[in-house]
Amino acid sequence: MRRSVSSHINKIIFKMKKKFPYHILVFLFPACFIYTVFMIFPLFDTIRISLYTQNLMGENMDNSSNIRAFIGFRNYYDLFFNENWSWHFWNALKNNTYFFLLHVSIQTPIGLLIAAFLSSRNLRFKHTYRTLIFLPAMMSIVIVGYLFNLILSNLWGIPQTILGVVGLEHLYQPWLGLKGPALITISLISIWQFVGIPMMLFYAALLNIPDEILDAAKIDGSGPMSTFWLIKFPLILPTVGLMVILTYVGNYNAFDLIFAMKSLYAGPEYSTDLMGTFFYRTFFGFQMQLGNPTMGATVASTTFGIILLGVLVYLFAFQQRITRYQY
Amino acid sequence: MKKLLSITLLFSFLFSIGNALAGTVIIESWRNDDADAWNDKIIPAFNAKHPNIKVVFQTTIPNQYAASVSAKLEGGNAGDLITCIPFDQSLKLFNRGWLASLNGLNGLENYPQVAKDAWSTDDQSDIFCVPMASVSHGFMYNKDIFKELGLSIPKTESEFFSVLEKIKSDGNYTPLAIGTADTWAISTMGFQNIGPNYWQGEKGRKGIISGDEKFTDSHYIELLKSLAKWGDYMATGYQAQTYPDSQNLFTLGDAAIYPTGSWEIFTFSQNADFEFSAFPPYKPDGQSECFVDDHTDIGIGLNAASKNAEESKIFLEWLTSAEFAEIFANEVPGFFPLHTHSINVNDPVAKEFISWKDDCATTIRNSVHIVGRGEPNLESVLWEVVSGVVNGTITAEEAGAKAEASLANWYAPHQ
Amino acid sequence: MQNIKDKYNHLIMHIVLISYTLICLFPVYLLVNNSFKKRRAIFKEPLSLPTEETFSLVGFTKMFSRVDFTIYFYNSTFVTLITLFLVLLFGAMAAWALSEYKFRGNTMLGLYLAFGIMLPIKLGTVSILQLLSSMNLVNTLTGLVIVYTAQSLPLAIWILTEFMKQVNQELKEAARCDGVNEYQLFFYIILPLMRPPLATVAVFTMVPVWNDLWWPLVLAPSGGKQTVILGMQQYIGQYVTNWNAVFASLSTALVPIIIFYIIFSRQLIRSITSGAVK
Repeated sequence: MRRSVSSHINKIIFKMKKKFPYHILVFLFPACFIYTVFMIFPLFDTIRISLYTQNLMGENMDNSSNIRAFIGFRNYYDLFFNENWSWHFWNALKNNTYFFLLHVSIQTPIGLLIAAFLSSRNLRFKHTYRTLIFLPAMMSIVIVGYLFNLILSNLWGIPQTILGVVGLEHLYQPWLGLKGPALITISLISIWQFVGIPMMLFYAALLNIPDEILDAAKIDGSGPMSTFWLIKFPLILPTVGLMVILTYVGNYNAFDLIFAMKSLYAGPEYSTDLMGTFFYRTFFGFQMQLGNPTMGATVASTTFGIILLGVLVYLFAFQQRITRYQY
Repeated sequence: MKKLLSITLLFSFLFSIGNALAGTVIIESWRNDDADAWNDKIIPAFNAKHPNIKVVFQTTIPNQYAASVSAKLEGGNAGDLITCIPFDQSLKLFNRGWLASLNGLNGLENYPQVAKDAWSTDDQSDIFCVPMASVSHGFMYNKDIFKELGLSIPKTESEFFSVLEKIKSDGNYTPLAIGTADTWAISTMGFQNIGPNYWQGEKGRKGIISGDEKFTDSHYIELLKSLAKWGDYMATGYQAQTYPDSQNLFTLGDAAIYPTGSWEIFTFSQNADFEFSAFPPYKPDGQSECFVDDHTDIGIGLNAASKNAEESKIFLEWLTSAEFAEIFANEVPGFFPLHTHSINVNDPVAKEFISWKDDCATTIRNSVHIVGRGEPNLESVLWEVVSGVVNGTITAEEAGAKAEASLANWYAPHQ
Repeated sequence: MQNIKDKYNHLIMHIVLISYTLICLFPVYLLVNNSFKKRRAIFKEPLSLPTEETFSLVGFTKMFSRVDFTIYFYNSTFVTLITLFLVLLFGAMAAWALSEYKFRGNTMLGLYLAFGIMLPIKLGTVSILQLLSSMNLVNTLTGLVIVYTAQSLPLAIWILTEFMKQVNQELKEAARCDGVNEYQLFFYIILPLMRPPLATVAVFTMVPVWNDLWWPLVLAPSGGKQTVILGMQQYIGQYVTNWNAVFASLSTALVPIIIFYIIFSRQLIRSITSGAVK
């Protein structure tokens, strides 16, 4: 009797196990479908398109009914080595790298500093500071761009007035119009806007450090500076790494600010041209310049490669190597 | 019985909706500056003659227009009438089969060949847009400031710079209201403004196309050197001064002279509270002939896949009439209808621009017909080198050489 | 001694923090302040507050007189809310499957989906435009929704998976024993528990979508389908710039985000600090 009941139960369980788990498919399908069709597939299709060339005037390619013809890696060769394209490519790449280095060396430390202050015990008005400092990050980049165009314009006179207060009026230059300072100025504006993000991430990471460790350090006589550098900083190193790679991906993707402040010609003399603006200008053309979709796809694929390279370096060289502390 | 009645009603309802929708002609444009003029004056005037055809004027942000309209035509959801950018941007659309050929349209005989060239195939066999308006270039000036400082209208290069010098030494006003941050502005209102006087109008333009002239020729260097001197008379920090900044500088009364396109007439009449007028581009010393731009700027074409082709064609034919031309010229002063009807223009500054065509031969900008097809294209290179010359970062000779090299790169007559 | 040292340290911190906060707020002050002034006053006295003479609402009236602006607001709101709904629904479903069920390829699928966090979807623009073009979805709000959903799903799934893993195992077992099927379990028991992380995902999804310039620029630049951020550029015409309207529209475009932010800031901070970042 008992055996038949237990074997009966076993059969039921066996049957249940055998039943195909449709529900898993149902749960997974919508997200995977949209993601694959509209994000993964286009990325690889873009790489495919970069292997073709297209007649810009809309005429058919020699004797065929296509406006595109396959040319293998020729576009990439042109992008890297042909004077017409390569000058712009290497210029954009150089500017973008400079843009990134400025962010990492200014935005991340400032974010860290503010987060360190905010994580001090017994500091008043923490919530207010956090809320207000994070505010610019919530604004549209386009709004920020137009705003700073006005603020730094020679006609509105704001920088001259402010510098005048401390008697440094002669230091004013039309920074946005000069080849060297333009990129630095735009980088600083971008840094101004997004300091809130590293601030938040570091703040969260610092809060996670258990009080026991900090108390122990205090008892051992460690002052605020040494506590920070010898204890807190190593413990939040994973977050610092994460912040750097997120900055990297974001910077090589940047477009909005240059577009809003400098239009697609990224002046003066392309000194503010980034991979994003170079891509848009190539693909869509601008004013009288006709768009070149296949070359645009090449620029996009190359940017993808650059970003991928950085991510892989982060994942394999950094993430695996650092010690992660569990508490 | 009830069922039959309701079905009939339903069908007639749908039929009437279908009819109403069928009559709606949508115009794609980048001229959001004109939207009010079209909605309040032009379209109602058309509807007075053709009450059953509904017309909607739809705009896209100007510097996105080319890419956007191309994508819409490719995707099949563009409007019926497409405002045409001159030359290659529209030729491309025609080659792809997206713009209909307008050969044989009534009223096209009213336009001179120069106007039609901007929207025809290279061999002139097909025309795909109706020419609508041209713009001109010159210098606007603040009459009050000129009176105050006792200045007279300059005609030659040295007269021009001595006027600028007088304004500068007075110290109260900025002589030239223009900057170099927007490179298109300094190139279009600088280089293409006085340029025709240096390259002798159509002769020079055609010379570049045929290869007989080069950007390294002496008259181009002379032109660029003249432009290089402008920097001394612009506002402090002009390198960061954008086009809207320049407009503000002039309309707020802080600057005396504004290198202009004729399209500014409307804006300035709204925003300036002083009297202003215009004088034509200055000539090199010792030259007697003058040349001005009558640049073919806006056309309008038919979407080959339009579902309202009949109604759209009626609208296009109305656009070739003197009635439309007169309304347009007066509602949007500074844009000059391209055809041969004679019309009445009321605005005094617009009249001033028109009067120059009596004395001076006309031409169009020299970088857009045929020679604008390379990568990078000539317009972009000119913008870059002209702003460099004014900023003082490159010399006139280097600028000419760079422009010439970019053409030589792909254009056979210059190789 | 320690107390005084602490107070001194705190004082320095406050000075630094206040200075930086002022740097953050100054441009916003300039923007909002000048939205209420006449054009002449905007350019002649940018720093001063509007006086009786210079006060003007002309920018706002001009902005609202062009019906378009309300359309843009509608477009932005529609796109943002529908995207949010789809991202929360599909994201939670996928996160649930990844965190709860053991099946072959679970880890690989998780990595595949998380990969998208690092990948900028913008790089596929050429193909996305062609794809949507062939589906006749250019210049439609639907096209925008689809692309934004694809873009926001990876991060949403990643965050939600982390939180779903923490749900009490016994709770789930008990529910199953009671005969609850998987769908009911998900919708009626798990989802309600996920309010804080869902709020976090909401913020991380809505802000970039509302503020985005790229996709409206590429996919829906006209035909009355513009979003607020794209649409407010119409005040900068080809040659004419209506400055009062520009200021007014920039300020107005800020308002929804600020309101949204004030409502959600506590939630957001709480979620971030409770360990979504590991």
